[in-house]
Amino acid sequence: MTTYDIDSSNANAIEARDMSIYYGAFRAVNKVSLAIEKNKITAFIGPSGCGKSTVLRSFNRMNDLVPTARTEGEIVFRGKNLYAPDVDPVEVRRRIGMVFQKANPFPKSIYENIAYGPRINGWRGTKAEMDELVERSLRGAALWDDVKDKLQQSGLSLSGGQQQRLCIARALATQPEVILMDEPCSALDPISTLKIEELMFELRQRYTIIIVTHNMQQASRASDYTAFFLMNSERAGELVEYGTTEQIFHNPKDERTEQYISGRFG
Amino acid sequence: MSAESINPEERSVGVLPEGPAVKQNIARRQLIGQIWRGIFFFAIVFGLVALLTLILDVVNDSFGLIATQSEVDEQEITGGRELEDLSQAELVAILNENLSRRVLTRLNREQPLEERDAANLVEVIETEVLKTELVAVFPLWESLTQRAAIEERVTERFPRAELSWKAWVNWDFITTPMSSVAFNAGVRTAILGTLWVTMLTALIAIPVGIFAAIYLEEYADHRVWYNKIIQTNINNLAGVPSIIYGMLGLAIFVRVLEPFTSGAFFGVSSGGGATLNGRTILSAAFTMALLILPVIIITGQEAIRAVPNSLRQGSYGLGATKWQTVWNIVLPQAFPSILTGIILAVSRAVGETAPLILVGASTFIVTDPNGPFSKFTVLPIQIYTWTQQPEQEFKIIAAAAIVVLLIVMLFLNATAVLLRNYFRSKRVSV
Repeated sequence: MTTYDIDSSNANAIEARDMSIYYGAFRAVNKVSLAIEKNKITAFIGPSGCGKSTVLRSFNRMNDLVPTARTEGEIVFRGKNLYAPDVDPVEVRRRIGMVFQKANPFPKSIYENIAYGPRINGWRGTKAEMDELVERSLRGAALWDDVKDKLQQSGLSLSGGQQQRLCIARALATQPEVILMDEPCSALDPISTLKIEELMFELRQRYTIIIVTHNMQQASRASDYTAFFLMNSERAGELVEYGTTEQIFHNPKDERTEQYISGRFG
Repeated sequence: MSAESINPEERSVGVLPEGPAVKQNIARRQLIGQIWRGIFFFAIVFGLVALLTLILDVVNDSFGLIATQSEVDEQEITGGRELEDLSQAELVAILNENLSRRVLTRLNREQPLEERDAANLVEVIETEVLKTELVAVFPLWESLTQRAAIEERVTERFPRAELSWKAWVNWDFITTPMSSVAFNAGVRTAILGTLWVTMLTALIAIPVGIFAAIYLEEYADHRVWYNKIIQTNINNLAGVPSIIYGMLGLAIFVRVLEPFTSGAFFGVSSGGGATLNGRTILSAAFTMALLILPVIIITGQEAIRAVPNSLRQGSYGLGATKWQTVWNIVLPQAFPSILTGIILAVSRAVGETAPLILVGASTFIVTDPNGPFSKFTVLPIQIYTWTQQPEQEFKIIAAAAIVVLLIVMLFLNATAVLLRNYFRSKRVSV
């Protein structure tokens, strides 16, 4: 079993090299290469169907759950290819957490929602230590003050924005290094969205964040780097341009990027 | 063709109602809705009426007046006192006085009269001396509404007969074993047999059914041809007539696996030293389990499929293995619905008759089942056997047995429903 104890001095948290992803015979993503910098927020933007979510999900091998999916190329995390034959996706997902488009708290109590991740990953400790871990995770997701008096209530009793922060807290509890967010605010109102964005800035100090978003404003105000994806003529997603958010939004090199950002298509 | 030549703006797009037509249109749509509502309501009424008719019919037969007649007048032998008031010694005296030497010898051989208690002696006097006989029975409705006519008819035909109320469903009926005389027969063996077969069936079918459902939903790759065949077959098996399962059970469990199902392999001998064979509770339970497995599997699959995929993804995303996800997330969420399927399936097993006739349920048995290797009978078999008898009394105790069967079923279902509600409340949700 591979472990990731050797910390590379590399400033990149994770790096895709020539990633192609197939669903059956259909090539959904074509030769994507990009390096994600540590402790930064990287936004993936692009029109629907351009493969940005697929690329995101390949970073913690969630695509493996689709029976027909097949991956070519490498994703390097801590100096090791995540798709090497001796890597178990179960370990990858502990190190690289995920927050989904629709908040999906488990139908358990708020406390159990947080405790679930550590427990299934072989956590050992006392009840007091688990209490501490739950509190720290909820504080990390800026949810502690909202829920500290009702930890035994169902996670489903929270509002939409709170549920999404609960899912972030849940991901933090397994102490990941990278957090993948797949359109986490698409079902939230503007105030909840703002809260999540503020939270992302906080989290950036300790985690690397990759976020897929359809919201241009969100990408421009809440990310350090932006990657723009587009479908090619064979309907396969390709990385068109990747750079600092500043550069992509103000000085795009590719014509298609410029057209997309200025709202001329997509 | 001509439409294409016209300017697109001028092509007809139909007409939506306007003005008074709106009101008319809405009234019509509401009326249709009302009519359908009535039809749906009628379906409920139909079901309720059918159920009520069944219950009334059964209850009607289970209670009512009976006419009994004794060969000897009770007052004559007791000197005008009630049998129940006599002491043990007096009762023994009456027996010694009224019975032939041969009968007395037989009774004393079973158990000396002096050692018997008063209740037993009263019973012996009733059967051996008074020879109380049931001469007529009347259903509840008739007993209530035409009491005078009944009395008149009875005194005319059986001058010495006594008319009394009888509830055929009573504690004695439930605790007495089978008898060839309807008046003395009970359903004790059948109730115990039903409980044994049902419990064993559930014990076999529930785990196998749930595990199979989990495999088919969570693990099996539906694109592979053999999984498709398995799925199709399970769906079809749910519709196979139960008698076919009886034939299967007879061939496999009773005949081929006889050493196991008779208990011989485990060194167990059938109760009462009877000949060993495979017609045991175990064979019946396996047959019933096969019968209800498809139903449990299919409803289990539905329940598992109804668990939102986002929950599975959330669990995998935290680093859970497939097994952890199924056990901690999917099953707790699906369990109440799985239980609903189990309740329906087990209820079916409780009432099933045909396969057990083939597997060899005894039609007449007086010893209690004492384990999986016992011979047995069950309530539906008992009911079926009694309805086949020519005497009217048997039809009446069949009705009484139906009441008992309904009560047993209600009891089992209530337990399962309570269990389901418990799991539902444990599953924290909004």
